[in-house]
Amino acid sequence: MLRIFSSLVVGVIFGIGLTVSEMINPARVIGFLDITGRWDPTLAFVMAGALAVTLPLFRFILRWPRPVLDRQFYLAAKSEIDRPLIIGAAIFGIGWGLAGFCPGPAFAGLASANPGVFLFVAAMIAGQWLCAKTYG
Amino acid sequence: MAEANIIGGLIGGALIGSAAALLLAFNGRIAGISGVLGGLITSRARSERPWRLAFLVGLITAPALYRLFYEALPLQLEADVPTLLAAGLLVGFGTRLGAGCTSGHGVCGLARLSPRSLTATVTFMSLGIATVYFAKNLF
Repeated sequence: MLRIFSSLVVGVIFGIGLTVSEMINPARVIGFLDITGRWDPTLAFVMAGALAVTLPLFRFILRWPRPVLDRQFYLAAKSEIDRPLIIGAAIFGIGWGLAGFCPGPAFAGLASANPGVFLFVAAMIAGQWLCAKTYG
Repeated sequence: MAEANIIGGLIGGALIGSAAALLLAFNGRIAGISGVLGGLITSRARSERPWRLAFLVGLITAPALYRLFYEALPLQLEADVPTLLAAGLLVGFGTRLGAGCTSGHGVCGLARLSPRSLTATVTFMSLGIATVYFAKNLF
C-alpha cells in the first residue's frame, strides 16, 4: 500500500516537472531538435536540472542495502551495448523527431484532452505491444 | 534562436530528477516512463501492476490540475494524424526494443553513468535531430 502511495506522489512530482519545464509541449522539443533552425535550448536546461539532482543522489541511494519500501533495487542487468539497444534507440529517435513526443510528456499530455495526444498514446502502446510480441 | 524557458527548464528538470531519485529511494525502481508503461502492458505478475498504474495516474494528475485551476496547458501539437500514428508506433516499438526512453536512459541511466544509456541517449538525440532536419528541408 505504501509503495503504491509513494509511486503516486512521485508520479505527481514528475508530472509537475514536465509541466513547469514545458516539456509537455512538443513544439519545445522539436525546437530543441531543430539545431539548424531557431534552436530552443530549453530541453538542455531540463536535462541539466534533472542530472544535477540524480547524479549525486543515485550514487548515494545505491549504496543503501535496499530501498525504503522494498527488499531490493530493480536495476537493468544488461551492461553490453547490443544491436537491439542501438536499433531501438534509433527507431525511437525518428518517432520523437516526427511528433516531438516521448513517452512521459505524451502520457502527461493526455490531460490536455487534445485528440492528437490520445492517438499518439494509443499508437505508442500498440508499438510497445508489437515489439513485445515480436521479440518476446 | 528561440526564447528558452531557462528558469522553468531548470526547476522542472530538478523536479523530474527529484521524482526519479525518490522512486529509486522508496521503491527501488527506475523512473523510466516507457518501462513503467511497458510493464503495465506486458507483465504477467499482478503485483507489478498497482505501483505502475499509480505512477501514471500521478503523472497525468499534475497537468490536469494545472489545466483545471490555472490555464490551458502549453501544448502545441502540429503533426497531422498519419504522422502522429507513425510517430507513436515508432516511439512505442523503439523504446521497448531499446529498453528505455528520455527518462529511463536520459535522466536515470546517465545518472548511473551507464554506457548503454549514454549510447542510447546519443543515438535517439542524433536521430531526432536528423528527422527534424529532413522533415523541414525535404518535405
